[in-house]
Amino acid sequence: MKGKLRYLWSVTKLPIVAVAFGFIVGAVCIAVTGNNPLVAYMALFKGSLGSIPSIGETMYKVTPILFTGLAAAISFRCGLFNIGAEGQYVVATVATVAVAWFGQGLPRLVLLPLILIAGFCAGGLWGSIAGLLKAKRGINEVISTIMLNWIALYIANYMVRVPLSTNVLAGLPPEGHSVIIPNVAKLTKLKEMVPSFGYSSAHTGIFIALAAAGVMWYILFKTTIGYEIRTVGLNASAAEYGGISKAKNTILAMFLSGGLAGLGGAVQITGLVFMVNQSPALPGYGFTGLSVALVGCTHPLGVIPSALLFGILENGSRQMQLAGIPSEITSIISGVILVFIAGSLILKLAGDRLKSFGKNPVADTGKEGA
Amino acid sequence: MTTAIFISLLTSAIRLATPLLLAALAGVYSERSGVVNIALEGIMTSGAFFSIWFTHVTGSAWLGVSMGIAFGIVTSSLLAVIAVNLKGNQVIAGTAINLLVTAVVAFLLEIIWHRSGSTPTAPAMLTTNPLKFLEGIPFLGTFFSQLTPFVYIAFLMVGVTFFVLWKTPWGLHVRAVGEHPRAADTVGINVYRTRWICVLISGALAGLAGATLSLGTVGLFREGMVAGKGFIALAALVFGKWHPIKTMYACMFFGLFSAFNILAQSFGVDAPTEFLAMIPYVATILVLIGVVGKAQAPKADGEPYEKDEK
Repeated sequence: MKGKLRYLWSVTKLPIVAVAFGFIVGAVCIAVTGNNPLVAYMALFKGSLGSIPSIGETMYKVTPILFTGLAAAISFRCGLFNIGAEGQYVVATVATVAVAWFGQGLPRLVLLPLILIAGFCAGGLWGSIAGLLKAKRGINEVISTIMLNWIALYIANYMVRVPLSTNVLAGLPPEGHSVIIPNVAKLTKLKEMVPSFGYSSAHTGIFIALAAAGVMWYILFKTTIGYEIRTVGLNASAAEYGGISKAKNTILAMFLSGGLAGLGGAVQITGLVFMVNQSPALPGYGFTGLSVALVGCTHPLGVIPSALLFGILENGSRQMQLAGIPSEITSIISGVILVFIAGSLILKLAGDRLKSFGKNPVADTGKEGA
Repeated sequence: MTTAIFISLLTSAIRLATPLLLAALAGVYSERSGVVNIALEGIMTSGAFFSIWFTHVTGSAWLGVSMGIAFGIVTSSLLAVIAVNLKGNQVIAGTAINLLVTAVVAFLLEIIWHRSGSTPTAPAMLTTNPLKFLEGIPFLGTFFSQLTPFVYIAFLMVGVTFFVLWKTPWGLHVRAVGEHPRAADTVGINVYRTRWICVLISGALAGLAGATLSLGTVGLFREGMVAGKGFIALAALVFGKWHPIKTMYACMFFGLFSAFNILAQSFGVDAPTEFLAMIPYVATILVLIGVVGKAQAPKADGEPYEKDEK
């Protein structure tokens, strides 16, 4: 037990110090704007955890980034750097709206799972394009997924403007957002079950996200599929030598990764937004997901507290803004956390078994889940 | 009529290729020395923003450009610290820098101008041809009249980069460090210093690329204006086999694809704008499918170098 705790500390030390460092830099930026950092952070935490409705607001902020965090984590475990969760998410939101709209005659118990599966598959297939390009042509997934993000954004904008537009479906000129999904396809709001959630828009999607984290943990650490993915991530040549296909697992990991991001998109649509808007820019959940995964030690269960932290930052930033502090402070905090982790600064000061983390984020997987 | 379309296609291709070219040359320096520069996107953002800011402050676009370059160097030094000294993961470091710069710039927009999205238009820009005498040349005059100072600088830098990296002893050192740092170290080349210098040069060029995007086109900074160009430049680098002159052709190719939009409109092609906007990104992937297997990266590209490694 003591050994396990010590191991846990050795793994979580880096993210914890990184987060602390992020808050310190954030405090300096707040001071630059002429505000008191302590007051600002009080506002941040009070705004995101101070009451049941505000906890609910944090929960719905956590939901999409928990999914994209899981997506990033599983790709890291296979030695891949999926920056494409953005695009996979966007493609899935379009698929979700399409399935929800054209399947609205179906009973809820059939339609909702169908929508979620469609979102998962749409994101998964979009992700596996990059996997395929990597496996068959050796194309760096960092470049291909970034390109696929923009392609996804433009496809979504077109789909929303023309084929999935309410007006176009009704024979009128196109408009800026898609059809609104039918009520039967919407996830339940938490406040309908527990009235004390009040004004909060929290929905049952958070439970789907937590379940996804559990399932991913099981797949990664308790099944052959996960074993193969992790082996490829740790040492691809050794894996090949042992009869594990690098190509197959690359594509599979990208499918699962994209699928999780896609499920995030499907849950966001059915739980909160109910439609897809035309957008000039990517939503940013995929990039936050990278930070979430790294702070969560690329472990499916570690991603949960990490997503909670970033959800608190995101929700609390509105409260800080009300207190007159630019909300961008929270993005700076997450950026600094990520830079700190990339440099694994602390490891240079105190070497330990995590030394390989900075070099290869998937290399510290040996003991977990064992 | 067709000549006019052809010239306008060519000039827009060159103008669109210019930021890519500067960013790709930035990539040539850092990757030839063994540091993968995923942060190009963020450094360009930094250059684009700070060049506009200082043009506002000083009223001079050229002072703005130099501050864009200076802040490109500052941003890239973060990459150098992580990649060279701390031996961190260069891809994560680059992504982290991209995110951090986006956040810092949004923050500064808020505290300087109390607005989000974009800066006000700068009092000076660099969108006109600096070499007026070239406009007197018959036939080609119209072509030159549409070029910006950045175009000349970028193409000049291709030659400079080729000369520096292939015709000077220091260039040989850089390439040795990128191929086999241990061997370079053994013969007395300072691997860390070489990589540091290359990453800083990379930052200067990418900062200039950013200034090209803001001061060289619309005269303001808009969030998201870099829009993946740093990554397209990386693809051009692969396409150009990490060689400045081949990379220049690759950038021209991508510039032409981006200018296709204009061509399509001139010929009245009735495609949805979204599909036209998608072209450069699709072209990037198609080009990579075609070339990657054959392109050989510098051997130690992306590998941190541990001086006292056994």
